[in-house]
Formats: sequence, C-alpha cells, structure tokens
Amino acid sequence: MLTYVLRRLLATIPVMLIVAVLVFLMLRLTPSDPAAIIAGDNANTEQVAEIRRRLGLDQPILTQFVIWLGKTLQGDFGESFFFKKQVTELISDRLEPTLSLSLLTIVIAIAIAIPLGVLAAYRHGGWLDRTVMGFSVLGFSVPVFVIAYVLIYIFAIELNWLPVQGYQRLAQGVGGWLQRLLLPSITLAVIFVALIARITRTSVLEVMNEDYIRTARAKGQTEPKVLIRHALANAAVPIVTVIGFGVGLLIGGVVVTESVYTIPGLGRLTVDAVLARDYPTIQAVILLFSLAYVLINLVVDLTYTFLDPRIRY
Amino acid sequence: MSIEALPAEFAETPLQRRRSLAAAARNPSVIIGALIVLVLALLGALAPLLDTLPPSDINPVFRNKKPGAERVVRDSNGSERKYVHRFGTDSLGRDVYSRVLYGARVSLIIGVTVAVISVAIGLVIGLIAGYIRWLDGIIMRVMDGLMAIPTILLAMGVVSLSRAGLSAVVIAIVIPDIPRVVRLVRSIVLSIREEPYVEAAITVGTPTPLLLLRHVLPNTVAPLIVQGTFICASAILIEAALSFLGVGIPPETPTWGNIMAEGRSLFRVYPHNIFYPGLCLALAVLAINMLGDGLRDTLDPRFAKRV
Repeated sequence: MLTYVLRRLLATIPVMLIVAVLVFLMLRLTPSDPAAIIAGDNANTEQVAEIRRRLGLDQPILTQFVIWLGKTLQGDFGESFFFKKQVTELISDRLEPTLSLSLLTIVIAIAIAIPLGVLAAYRHGGWLDRTVMGFSVLGFSVPVFVIAYVLIYIFAIELNWLPVQGYQRLAQGVGGWLQRLLLPSITLAVIFVALIARITRTSVLEVMNEDYIRTARAKGQTEPKVLIRHALANAAVPIVTVIGFGVGLLIGGVVVTESVYTIPGLGRLTVDAVLARDYPTIQAVILLFSLAYVLINLVVDLTYTFLDPRIRY
Repeated sequence: MSIEALPAEFAETPLQRRRSLAAAARNPSVIIGALIVLVLALLGALAPLLDTLPPSDINPVFRNKKPGAERVVRDSNGSERKYVHRFGTDSLGRDVYSRVLYGARVSLIIGVTVAVISVAIGLVIGLIAGYIRWLDGIIMRVMDGLMAIPTILLAMGVVSLSRAGLSAVVIAIVIPDIPRVVRLVRSIVLSIREEPYVEAAITVGTPTPLLLLRHVLPNTVAPLIVQGTFICASAILIEAALSFLGVGIPPETPTWGNIMAEGRSLFRVYPHNIFYPGLCLALAVLAINMLGDGLRDTLDPRFAKRV
C-alpha cells in the first residue's frame, strides 16, 4: 500500500511538470513584452533593458525555464505586475475565502445529493426518481451565475433573509461567516447536487439487484440498513470518483461565484489578474488550482481501498 | 473487396448504423432538443425581421426602462412608429429584446464552431496517438497536462494572451476540449485495431491511410457526434461565463453572457437585464444537452461506460 501511494505520488510529477511547461510557455507566447509592462509607459529603453536583465528575460529560454521552475518550487512566483505585491502574499491573503466556499459547497452538496440519489434509486421510476433525474439535467444546463441571480432575487431581495455581498473572515465569528457564505455555497452546490445525485442513483440502482441485497433482506435486515450498509457502501467507488472529477467544475464555479457575490478569494483574483494581464498572478493561480485538482484526484484514488476492501494494491 | 461485416463489440455494420440513425430520429429527447435549438437558431438568424432595433443603438434618454416601456422610434425611411421594449432597456438605453435575439447568433455560432474545430483537431491527434505508437506516450502526457488545468482557468489563461474577441474566445474554449476528444478517439482506435477485420485488412496489405479511412473512421462517427453535441453545450456555457466575467466577447457584439454582465450593477432594480438572457442561455444549453443525451442513448449506448 505504501509503495503504491509513493508510486502514485511520483506519477503526478510528470503531469505537473507538463502543466508547468504549458504555464511557462504561456507567458513567452504573449505578444507583449513583460519587461515593458513592468517598466510602465514612461520608462526609456535602458530601464526596460535593465528590468529585462533583472528578470532574466535575456537568457536562453531553457535557462529561463529552469530558473523560473526553481523559484516556483520554492513558492516564489515573483511580483505581481498589477498589485505590486509578491504573488505568494496575494494568494495567501485570498486562500481562506476560497477554501471556505469550496468546503461548504461540497458539504452541502453531499448532504443533499447522496440521500436524494439513494431514495431515487430505491423508488426507481417513481415521482422522486423522475424529479431527481429532471433536476440533474437542469442543474447541468443552468449556468452558475444564472442560478446565483435567481437565488439572490428570491432570498436576498424578495425575502430579505440573507446578505448578498462580501465575505467575513472566520476569525470574526462563525455566525457572520456562515451567513455571508450560505447563499454562494448553495448556488455553487446546485451543479454538484445534480452530478452526485445522478451517479448515486445509477450506482445504487446497479447494486440493488445483487444477491447480497436479497440475502440482507432475507435475513430480516431493515430497509434503511439495507440501503446504507449494503447498497450505498458497495456503490461508493463511482460516487467518490465523480466527486473527484467534479473538483474541476468546482474550481470553475468558484471563479464565477466569487465574482457574482464579490468574495475576495482566489477566483476574484484570477478574474482581476486576467483583466489586468497580470501574468505572474495568472501563472501562479493556474498552477495552484491544477495542483489542487491533481492532488485531490490522487486522494480519491487512494480512498478506493478503504471504500472497497476488494480493491488491493 | 469487402471485409467489413464481422460483428464485433465496437464495430457496427452499415445496416446497424442506419438503424440507430432511424432510432435517433424517433427519440423524444432528440426531437424536443432539436426543435428548441432550431427555434433559437431561427430567432437569431431572423433577428432583423423580428421587430428588433439595431442591438448597439444607444439612447441616453431612454435608459433602464422596465419591460413593456414604449417609445417612438424613427425608421430608416423616416416614418415614425411606436416601439414597445418587450424586455426593457439596459443602462445605455439599448433594447434588451433586440440584444437577446442578436445574442443568440454569437452564442450558437461559438457552440457549433468550437464543437467542429475541437472534434476535427482531436480526431487527427487521436488517430495519430492511436496509430503511431512512439508518439502515443508524448501526446497523451501533454493531454494529461492540459486536462489537469481546470477548463475555465485554461480558457481564461488563453484569452489573456491576446486581445479579446470572437476568435480568441473560440481558441480559448477549443484548447481545453481537445484532450477529451483525443482520449475518446484513441480509445476507439486501440480497440478497433484488435478487430479481426482490421487484422485481415492489414494482412492483405491495405495501406494505413486507407485503413484509417475505411475501417477506423466510420466507427468514430457516432461517438464523435455525441461528444461534439456535449462540447457544443459546454462551449456555450464557457463563452457565457467568460463574457459575463468581462474577459470574453466585448459588449459591442451582444452575447447572452455580456448582456448579463452589463445588467449586474443594477440587478436589484432592473433584474430583467439578467433574467431574459439567462433564460435563453439555460434553455439553449438544456436543449443541446437533451439532444446529446438522446443521441448517446440511440447512436452510442456504450459511450457512457467508455469515457
């Protein structure tokens, strides 16, 4: 098992290296000269050349890549063109809102979707099943920002239950934090409820015809226990896999949701950086999100052995 | 010489293909989806004839009107007539109804263009990866790297490289979609290679291009139609998200995404600027997804299990 974990961990290195090459090449492909951007409009040619030398932009491209990669591995993404701060500092400031939003979203989505999916499979063909399936097609099709505005309209404007804007740090109290984060998290959770409920229904439905379900019922096991201990436990692997893939969607959703609800997280930072053509920040955010995505899917792969003891490495 | 008709798991005979096409045409999900897409496409194409104003016409005195507001407009021939702003006007006094109809054009064009381009490029790369073994490893590692970057982030990164505009947005959405097509095509090629009729064709000395064209390509058609449909839906969503965030199509060309972006600041007072384009967007994506689901069920029932 340990050797398997190590082998999988090592296998993520080439993938991340390719991501790093792509992200590095991105900056070199820009039509504009990064040195000229940093120097500003009033700089003369000598100042631009000085900055270019300082950034190492006069070196051969392979040397540049090695230097850049070395710095990146140490967590040094350079200075932001736009915010005039260290990118690492910018990112660490913005980490908390994004992590809060993502975690709350996943918790809400799982809490709603899994019971819904199991019940839909249990009452296969009934009204709940059809509603869940219809809702899941809808959830995939309605974009996050449309859902966001519908929810804002209902809960913040018409009913006036929840505030719409901003973010409050967790350190300033859980109440305010949750109150501001609830609507964004529900917004973002919709697509996940669709995704997870659908796969839960399908995989529970598949195992419901197995012999061990019949055996469990025959020995007098209660229906809730049959569903949870026997059906859901055996259907867990595909569900967890889908949650892992869903993280890619989650990251995209975070970018949009943070913009709508003006949450000062990494998503907002990404949009601001793209609008300002702030390449060091764009590179850092892409690398970071990709690393998170790859690592989460690695963790998902590793949980298979716990979820299903038949899988051994 | 015909060595096609060996029944196998992945291969379909021409007869089976015709049957599944007929089944697709009868599938309710395909019919409803296709009808909605057709209606939206017609609304976009015929926008100038559907009592619209030019979508970029600014009117400073007639800003932020609620749906149903009326005003007098002067036609190109000089005559005056009463015009009803069905969906209201935006903060520059532009008619939202006209912008939403014209917006259908851009959204649908981007969806179809992205689907066609990414399927075409992905098909070529996938055939190469599946057939030229020494290139397979390199190609697939690059694809793994591309797939590790979340779609919207990759698209935003690509968009940031050039001036915002239609072609930049199309390229930005095509790039994240290519690896998904490559994987699909490669997996089909790898399984088809093992089929007896392909081995037979190799034995009788069929040149590789002809082999790909006659035996491999026909088997990719159905899965690629299904995949292309889903790519079309997601491309429309991503374009809308990019334009909504202000990094996509600039507001001179109305798209559902950027109409919504302009409605953001005054949403509390004038929600119509967000709701009408949002409704069209959701409807279009829903219809295309339904079309895709129906096509998958009828043309390619194994699709869900393979990807």
